[in-house]
Amino acid sequence: MELQIADSLLIKKYVDGDERALETLINRHNKRLSSFIYSKINDRGITEDIFQDTFIKVIRTLKRGRYNEEGKFLPWIMRIAHNLIIDHFRRNRRMPLFEGTNTFDIFSVICDEKLNIEKQLIKNQIDSDLVVLIEELPVDQKDVLMMRIYKDLSFREISENTGVSINTALGRMRYALINLRKIIEEHNIVLTN
Amino acid sequence: MEKIYVKNKNKCKLVKAKPETIQFLLNYSKSLKITEADGIKFETNMN
Repeated sequence: MELQIADSLLIKKYVDGDERALETLINRHNKRLSSFIYSKINDRGITEDIFQDTFIKVIRTLKRGRYNEEGKFLPWIMRIAHNLIIDHFRRNRRMPLFEGTNTFDIFSVICDEKLNIEKQLIKNQIDSDLVVLIEELPVDQKDVLMMRIYKDLSFREISENTGVSINTALGRMRYALINLRKIIEEHNIVLTN
Repeated sequence: MEKIYVKNKNKCKLVKAKPETIQFLLNYSKSLKITEADGIKFETNMN
């Protein structure tokens, strides 16, 4: 029959400088503590981290002589681990980490809003083509379209700038778009992204 | 018929901290020294 030294005695030995007592303590509670952490975290890597942090706290408290043998050792380390688990979840709530699975990739739902290089090149090409096409429009229509699209002015501002009524500005914009479409159709130009 | 069955290994292992983690803790413990001066405790880690 194997004789087991009580935790309290091991702690006393450790505080007195016997490092092997710590090894015995860690090995004795390894499975129990790791399983407890794993049951809450469900991740082996994080379980290791929390296990390690728990014992770092234990070591520091024991070495500083702050541990008092009021309760038992196991409930005490469980409490430390429990608090560290809560800290872990708090941190994660502020900065959630999502890992995809084999069947589901998070990037299939979330994507970068920026265009990729190919799409950006196509867009640049369309923009420059459009500038050439706009040059084909009658001057009054071209001015309204430029002010509205490129200078982002409202129709009220356009009417003030050009000295025509809002309705006229609206009409010119409408004809500018109709004419642009006509030019595109007549020349079989494809402007798609 | 037996070919369609896959021999699934029992992947369930008991969770236990790795020996490296334990070794790290033991080394940490050995390197940690607490010194007291004027009632204030200082931690020194000698690697």
